[in-house]
Amino acid sequence: MIDFKNLHKRFGKLTVLDGLDLAIKKGGISAILGPNGSGKTTLIKCLLGMVIPNEGEITFKDESVLKKWDYRNDLNYLPQIANFPPNLTVFELIQMVKNLRPKESNEKELIDLFGLNDSLQKKLGNLSGGTKQKVNIVLAFMFDSELLILDEPTNGLDPIALIYLKELIQKEKEKGKTILITTHIMSFVDEVADDIVFLLDGKIYFKGSIDELKKHTNIDNLEHAIANLISKQYA
Amino acid sequence: MLKILKYSFYDLMRSRWSYVYFAFYLALGFVLLFLNNDVSKAVITLMNIIIVLTPMIGTIFGVMYYYNSKEFTELLLAQPINRNKIFMGQYLGISLSLTLSLVLGLGIPFIAYGLFKSSAIFDFSLLLVIGSFLNFIFVALSYNIALSTENKIKGFGYAILMWLFFAVIYDGIFLISLVMFDQYPLDKFSLIATMSNPIDLSRILILLKLDISALLGYTGAVFRKFFGTNLGMFLSISILVMWVVLPVIRMNFKLRKKDF
Repeated sequence: MIDFKNLHKRFGKLTVLDGLDLAIKKGGISAILGPNGSGKTTLIKCLLGMVIPNEGEITFKDESVLKKWDYRNDLNYLPQIANFPPNLTVFELIQMVKNLRPKESNEKELIDLFGLNDSLQKKLGNLSGGTKQKVNIVLAFMFDSELLILDEPTNGLDPIALIYLKELIQKEKEKGKTILITTHIMSFVDEVADDIVFLLDGKIYFKGSIDELKKHTNIDNLEHAIANLISKQYA
Repeated sequence: MLKILKYSFYDLMRSRWSYVYFAFYLALGFVLLFLNNDVSKAVITLMNIIIVLTPMIGTIFGVMYYYNSKEFTELLLAQPINRNKIFMGQYLGISLSLTLSLVLGLGIPFIAYGLFKSSAIFDFSLLLVIGSFLNFIFVALSYNIALSTENKIKGFGYAILMWLFFAVIYDGIFLISLVMFDQYPLDKFSLIATMSNPIDLSRILILLKLDISALLGYTGAVFRKFFGTNLGMFLSISILVMWVVLPVIRMNFKLRKKDF
């Protein structure tokens, strides 16, 4: 469904993506992992068209995404930091995003699920970090799109919201959606991910299921297996 | 684009700063009219303030809004919208809300004082038109600076410097060069130099419309001859339009390669 071919991205002298090739099939949850600064967010932003690669090709549903924008109607994105215009209310923000996308949405259900009904008329500037993240999640999940991209979705969530989030992700998966997640919380990966993509030095270092990773590293604990991969960078 | 414009505009209209800005102009209008007791004289004083202040406020609002709404812009960038439209919407939203503060803030006291019966209505409208132009110009310039500068503090610094350059330093250099080259005919030079700075151009345009241009002496006569004609007026307005259009074009150009 998504194809990255020979992707290069440099920021000044810093090379972030160095000839990366990756294909992601339709359906299932892929976790994109890697040490800090390995290019996870850059990779995602290239797919979203926010970062423009120096070289290479990205296709989504067999069509190039470079210099286009309408393909984004088929994907939902949960950004890492939730920061909204402080003077709009939650309700207005949701209306606005709905307004921008000509698509069915089920925000009511999500608002009930995360208990945001009391906050709907509050200004976004007055919300706590966790509540903002909940709004962020509502915005990302309210549309029915084939691809979901979640950048650090667990940021600042309380345990109950976290459980709801996991259920939500599972539900979307059962509907046959493709989901990409980046996170540093390994227990979360262990619970939800089917596939792991491990980035190192701007290339794919490992791609496969969790079991394959454990076999590959000979370590039975995911957290340690990942730590083992990362430690190779320090070595 | 209109949707983005609408929300940027709403967001700004509800921010405290828009009210402060509006209240400032409102107070300024009333105080000036109270002190001068005459609409025409108040217009002159007002000109001096508007010419310096609107560019500054436009510059500061422009950079501030850009950096403050960075994460939100990223959210918009992930939506199925052309990125040029996002930034054009934001740009117009800021410029329009600032213009609204200016027009309402000054319009209310002047109308209350009987502007419509006064002969100064044309001068006053010109003042508002030029103030609006300055808003659009300086928001565009500051957006350009913000787009090119990742670092917030640096961006702020450059933007303030840009304003300082046009408002103060430019005139300084202009004057020094007039003194240095006083052996040469400088009519054309001073005309061109005036026209290439939007603040100077605005000032001259308003001054010449008011009946105080006689104070400008010989140079004033040259200016009067030029700006007084239809061609001069047309040229000056086109240059103000260019000052809006060129930064906007550069903005769109810059956006094509920009990473977020």
